[in-house]
Amino acid sequence: MKRRVVVTGIGLVTPLGTGTEKTWESLVNGRGGIGPITRFDATGHASQIAAEVTDFKTEDWFEKKQSKNLDLFVQYAIAAAELAWQNSGLSITDENRERVGVITGCGMGGLPTIEEYHQIMVERGPRKITPFFIPRVIPNMPSGHISMRLGSKGPNLTQTTACAAGTHAVGEAFRHIAYGDCDIAVTGGTESVICPLAVGGFSAMKALSTRNDDPESASRPFDKDRDGFIISEGSGMIILEELESAKKRGAKIYAEVIGYGQTSDAYHIAAPPEDGEGGARCMAAALRDAKLNPEDVDYINAHGTSTPLNDKCETQAIKTVFKEHAHKLAVSSTKSMTGHMLGAAGGIESAFTALTLDTGIIPPTVNLHNPSPECDLDYVPLTAREANPMVAISNSFGFGGTNGVVVMKKFSS
Amino acid sequence: MAVEAKMIDIIVEQLSVDKEKVVPGASFVDDLGADSLDLVELIMAMEEEFDVEIPDEEAEKIATVQNAIDFVAKIQ
Repeated sequence: MKRRVVVTGIGLVTPLGTGTEKTWESLVNGRGGIGPITRFDATGHASQIAAEVTDFKTEDWFEKKQSKNLDLFVQYAIAAAELAWQNSGLSITDENRERVGVITGCGMGGLPTIEEYHQIMVERGPRKITPFFIPRVIPNMPSGHISMRLGSKGPNLTQTTACAAGTHAVGEAFRHIAYGDCDIAVTGGTESVICPLAVGGFSAMKALSTRNDDPESASRPFDKDRDGFIISEGSGMIILEELESAKKRGAKIYAEVIGYGQTSDAYHIAAPPEDGEGGARCMAAALRDAKLNPEDVDYINAHGTSTPLNDKCETQAIKTVFKEHAHKLAVSSTKSMTGHMLGAAGGIESAFTALTLDTGIIPPTVNLHNPSPECDLDYVPLTAREANPMVAISNSFGFGGTNGVVVMKKFSS
Repeated sequence: MAVEAKMIDIIVEQLSVDKEKVVPGASFVDDLGADSLDLVELIMAMEEEFDVEIPDEEAEKIATVQNAIDFVAKIQ
């Protein structure tokens, strides 16, 4: 007998602001967080724009001795986890300690530090590599540090499935609680790789927008003039909790998680198949897990990266699964405002999906002025919509052909 | 004296401890909260600051502030 799982806490560190209220307020008002890259001198790069977290103050969260050995992707994750934990009202006790897990997602790990120390090693030799190099860069450090900060002793895992990592983390956390491996989980994603190697690498794949003269309108999912995604950073963490535990303590419940799907394209290292069949099977698998029919879904928080290929194939995949209903449900891409937070995206978008169900407000797809002919669904263009959706799904698709979909519904006991 | 003052600054910086705690007899691990990785990094910072090379077998003997000062004064 599977147990029911609900969302009882949310913590966000995004280019729209540190804290759930700041980010959500920007999101429902259609305000984005994309501008010129300031983290490094991007002269010579094809793409010179990014969505950077601007209001995060390391000293608000860490003592100096700690922070100097924590890369930004770890700092963002810890901060988002603490915000989510506070928001949930939970506390760690000797009774629950071993029943609390941390399952996070991260696509890349500490690439900026790898760049820095590679240069130091080449110029000055291997003896100049800090002993904190490895613990700074490995992608599972966020879940490790979060569990150390909280004192939680349940499962401690990290998904590294590229841009699907956050969604796979949330889905796995949902399963862990449903099947009894733990009662509570801190889950979501984190990323911070606005650095020359990542921007240069994604640019070489022609994956990034080069609309350098107009960053605010560069992320335009489903629009005919879209030309790539915008690299972004931050962390989104949520608290998942077994329903009876949440009810017993009278917790605020944002939404119920009711399904999880995962598939592989078995097709290409980066491109989805033309008909998006891997994504389609993933949505179908998640709906089967949730014991829902396609017509039950009111809203899709799309992967919607703003690359020519993703948005076309994702639209096709939605039509394959939902058929006629595809034209009745609402789809939006919050990446139009946040940019693409890579391994953090699924965590952030799971949080947005829960907030959409809780508040009844669907965030818009901004910059969508002229949809591509092949993108013919209702993408909630330009302005948010009060629609009170009952069931929503969140899609994430990652390089390597890996897909993840989480299903949530508005909570009712 | 110059070595001592510089050494104290390095320790304060590397271990993020108050200057008053960095007394000659203070043990890096027991009194100043360093773990084994902090110690490696501290030795690296000393090498950098004093432009010396401290072999691992010597580094293992440096357990207190005074040990560090004496060692650097000796080899400089």
